[in-house]
Amino acid sequence: MTERAPVLSVRGLSVRFLLPGGRRIAAVTDAHFDVAPGECLVLIGESGCGKSVLASALLGLLPANAQTAGHAHLGDLELLTADERVLARTVRGRRIGLIPQSPAAHLTPVRTIRSQLAETVARLTGVRGRTALRAAAEQAAERAEFPPGHLDRYPHELSGGLAQRAATALALIGDAPLLLADEPTTGLDRDLVDRTVDELRRHVDADRALLMITHDLAAAERVADRVAVMYAGRIVELAAASDFFGASGPRHPYSQGLLQALPDRSFTPIPGMPPELGDLPEGCAFAARCDRATDACTALPPFTGSIACHHPAPAPTPENIRA
Amino acid sequence: MLELRSVTAGYDRRAPAVRDVTLTVSSGESVGLLGPSGCGKSTLARVAALLHRPDSGEVVLDGTPVRHWRHRAPRELRTAVGVVFQQPRLSADPRLRLADLIAEPLRATGRRASAEDRVAELADTVGLTPDLLTRRPHEVSDGQLQRACVARALVLRPRWLICDEMTAMLDASTTAALVAVVEAYRTSTGAGLLAVAHDHTLLTRWCDRTVHWKTVTEPR
Repeated sequence: MTERAPVLSVRGLSVRFLLPGGRRIAAVTDAHFDVAPGECLVLIGESGCGKSVLASALLGLLPANAQTAGHAHLGDLELLTADERVLARTVRGRRIGLIPQSPAAHLTPVRTIRSQLAETVARLTGVRGRTALRAAAEQAAERAEFPPGHLDRYPHELSGGLAQRAATALALIGDAPLLLADEPTTGLDRDLVDRTVDELRRHVDADRALLMITHDLAAAERVADRVAVMYAGRIVELAAASDFFGASGPRHPYSQGLLQALPDRSFTPIPGMPPELGDLPEGCAFAARCDRATDACTALPPFTGSIACHHPAPAPTPENIRA
Repeated sequence: MLELRSVTAGYDRRAPAVRDVTLTVSSGESVGLLGPSGCGKSTLARVAALLHRPDSGEVVLDGTPVRHWRHRAPRELRTAVGVVFQQPRLSADPRLRLADLIAEPLRATGRRASAEDRVAELADTVGLTPDLLTRRPHEVSDGQLQRACVARALVLRPRWLICDEMTAMLDASTTAALVAVVEAYRTSTGAGLLAVAHDHTLLTRWCDRTVHWKTVTEPR
């Protein structure tokens, strides 16, 4: 699958928020990655590290005080400079399907799931007529394994897992080649997390590209082909999931710390807290919390395509890693 | 000892969320309560924290049967229990700076004078910098806000801690850090803990004893 053209190609993407008083928040800095069809890239990192801002930038949903730089190509379309009309009419729902963080808040509370599915089908596909729409809505529900018996319910009558499936069904209707899932598993219990990510995996295996944003490392391990680790707005490591979670393990000291913090590993936190995005140090942003920090860390480590660190753990098998 | 005896509780008497639950936590013990979403475990945690009056059954806290709930509970019972909820955003007053958020229980119980020192000490324990203490909830991340909520739960030095999905919104490192804070507090004070969660790996690592929701509801 390496040879195929990526669905999404992000090059040097940066997002700055301008605040009153001239303060600038560096939410995302110089992000580079590709997502290919049939591939799942999981973006992990602590809350507040810029993951969700990156997703909003791709959908053109940043607030007015944001400035972007760099490129994000969806096929031949430049997402960062596309105007709202193009994004609204051809991208959202049609070329990028969004699976939201909180499905209960994403669904319209005063309408049944059936009517929301039918409306989306009518908007995004050529299906017309009551009976045809009804059938298409039922089909859409089936694709996300939403039980037909619950179609006439309102969002508040659904459990978290069913609401998640309803939101996924809506995201799948436009047959978008890229799915963007922003923390799809927060607040779900472990069984539901497993079921939700397994369903997402099925859509990846049906040759869609999936960019999933999460802080749940167990969910990431279950679904990912590749893992990108974000720290203080920068991607600090990009690795094959099999290496990252496998025997060779992550190479960046921050990624190693995150994995070691898991309760089934050493359960020890990384000392300290992430830096403020409005006040980042000149050099490596992780140096203050890093036990390997040296004088070299006062300079910013360049991102080599797989890692941004002055003293990473040795690479496992270089041929597995792709920028 | 924290004893929940045949507790039935909920929001509709015809369909209680919690039916006939019996659970005992010994002094200084940590018990993890495991159960799927929507099984009623958060409601039980609210009952144990004296925040929800059960329809029937009895709660006994260190030998004293609880007769009143929420603001009507006597102060010596109310202050014996510290609570941390799942969603820090929903459990923090958006108007309060983090320092005031942590100090609020001291002010509410007339111990304003000791607030400054106690807040500084706790901020250090939970890893909040002086700069963060001057901010309001919308200016900090979920992880930072939950650190403040843990500090608030510890500020009155409770004998009991109830943690309801304390770490569900947090990343792995913050989870490990806050569990370490709770455990350090328990080691130094001998406080008991009831931790409610759906993560089996986390609870078995964290607690002395883990019970499943099914085993506390079934009649023995």
